[in-house]
Amino acid sequence: MAESSSPGIDVTYVADLARLRLSPEEIATFQKQLGDVLGYVSQLSEVDVSHVSLLGEADLKNQLRADVLAPSLPVAEALANAPAQENNLIVVPRMIEQS
Amino acid sequence: MTSLTIPEIREKLKSGAVKPREIIDALAARVAEIDPKLKAYNYLDVEKSRIEADAVDVTKPLGGVPIAIKDVINVKGDPCTCASKILAGYIAPYDATVITKLREAGAVLFGRTNMDEFAMGSSTENSAWGKTRNPWDLERIPGGSSGGSAAAVAGHEAYAALGTDTGGSIRQPAALTSCVGLKPTYGRVSRYGLTAFASSLDQIGTFTKTTEEAALLLNVIAGHDPRDNTSVERPVPNYLTQLKGGVRGAKLGVPKEYFVDGMDPEIEKAVRAAIEEYKRQGAEIVEVSLPHTKYAVAVYYIIATAECSANLARFDGVRYGKRADHPKDILDMYGRTRAEGFGAEVKRRIILGTYVLSSGFHDAYYNRAQKVRHLIAEDFHQAFKKCHALITPTSPTPAFKLDERVSDPLQMYLADIFTIAVNLAGICGVSIPCGFTSNKLPIGLQIIGPKWGEETMLRVAHAYEQATPWHKEKPPL
Repeated sequence: MAESSSPGIDVTYVADLARLRLSPEEIATFQKQLGDVLGYVSQLSEVDVSHVSLLGEADLKNQLRADVLAPSLPVAEALANAPAQENNLIVVPRMIEQS
Repeated sequence: MTSLTIPEIREKLKSGAVKPREIIDALAARVAEIDPKLKAYNYLDVEKSRIEADAVDVTKPLGGVPIAIKDVINVKGDPCTCASKILAGYIAPYDATVITKLREAGAVLFGRTNMDEFAMGSSTENSAWGKTRNPWDLERIPGGSSGGSAAAVAGHEAYAALGTDTGGSIRQPAALTSCVGLKPTYGRVSRYGLTAFASSLDQIGTFTKTTEEAALLLNVIAGHDPRDNTSVERPVPNYLTQLKGGVRGAKLGVPKEYFVDGMDPEIEKAVRAAIEEYKRQGAEIVEVSLPHTKYAVAVYYIIATAECSANLARFDGVRYGKRADHPKDILDMYGRTRAEGFGAEVKRRIILGTYVLSSGFHDAYYNRAQKVRHLIAEDFHQAFKKCHALITPTSPTPAFKLDERVSDPLQMYLADIFTIAVNLAGICGVSIPCGFTSNKLPIGLQIIGPKWGEETMLRVAHAYEQATPWHKEKPPL
């Protein structure tokens, strides 16, 4: 993790990826604080992980179940928390024109 | 009456000396008296609890026992805010599996407890609804993230509470408030209906006054759930029957890396005295090494934030919770809803998690952290070849003062230095009262067990508890 020796997180860019609008003050604060945290986590670069494989964890197995219908939430209850709804659908601002 | 243990109130309920409704009334009176100081509860509908109490079968294992619930576990028809503005107004449409199990065992649900927003924090200062105070010193934090559950049990505003532990969020607040805080093995308890923070680490567990009550509650909430595929299909033993076996002949490991420079000397002294007590009871103490311990916090803040950035993507103003007013388009709606709904720590972790998963950095951060996590788990695996359980401090310091670490996230993260590795390895841990500092602040002793080692771990915890007076002391409220 060579990058983290000079912690260079671009908070504005990452916030956009995370769909999170930040104020200029938040960006400045996070830039400093996350720089500290990334500096701290850069110590992981000293660990020899060359012999570690993440494949084949011995005690983990897929748990499959039969694909059968079971009772689920009624539509009205599932929609009860939606901020806006119409005709059993959730209403959101139109998105088709987004670039 | 609120100072009684669950077995004690069970006796009164079964004999008919006390009615379930009277237990609720006693607890409600205690809350009215104490909670303005502690602020342990986010939500409490006493009348609803009374009505539930009137209908319970007191012969059931938890018949008539009120249990407080961390405000991150869904209870049908009640709010579940996760201490976040983004979930203000949300009403849970279903019961979490642990709630179903508590109801089936006759428990009465009593209130939702405060927490760090989305369980992200070590002090319960990151709550949108205000800070919870430590019953032992109102100027200090109760630990976190399950600080409301800890304060409620320590302050005798609850007989027991559910919490969640992702990096120490049950054990650390239990240590700082002199409760018993149990984090079961990953996969032991269903998380269906728990609002996810970091899915490879989160586990539901308990806060109680005693180890016996922890065993009793684990008997109820443990087990496989087809609705949570990370819960494991494995028989649930009766944790109560093995509890009183003592430690004669047991091998208890003391990891040298958990006695580090900078640890509070009073905590070290208390934990060393506990080790002597185990020797006196006939346990064999063996020194063990967990060489990758020092990397646990760094690994955690990569993996937990990565998982949180994915899990919290669902809070976007579309299906539930808050939506920003008058969005001009969908991106504006996402961006402002999340900006207005999340607090600073949650935003910080989403940014960090998004960064470590982003193109070009994924391998350097996330994949490397997963590999070091594997080495941490392997350390424990090797250590448990030499011993049945490990004995460590739970927290390097006693409860710190409010606002002391808020502006320095890294210092806050280091509060969990002794608890985080247990989550990374998927094993179990419990914190029990281990005395007090000269300022009368609680000290916690952590017993760590291997995967599915709750029986042995609780037996080791019980042996110390029964030989010491700490769990009987009450805070000066």
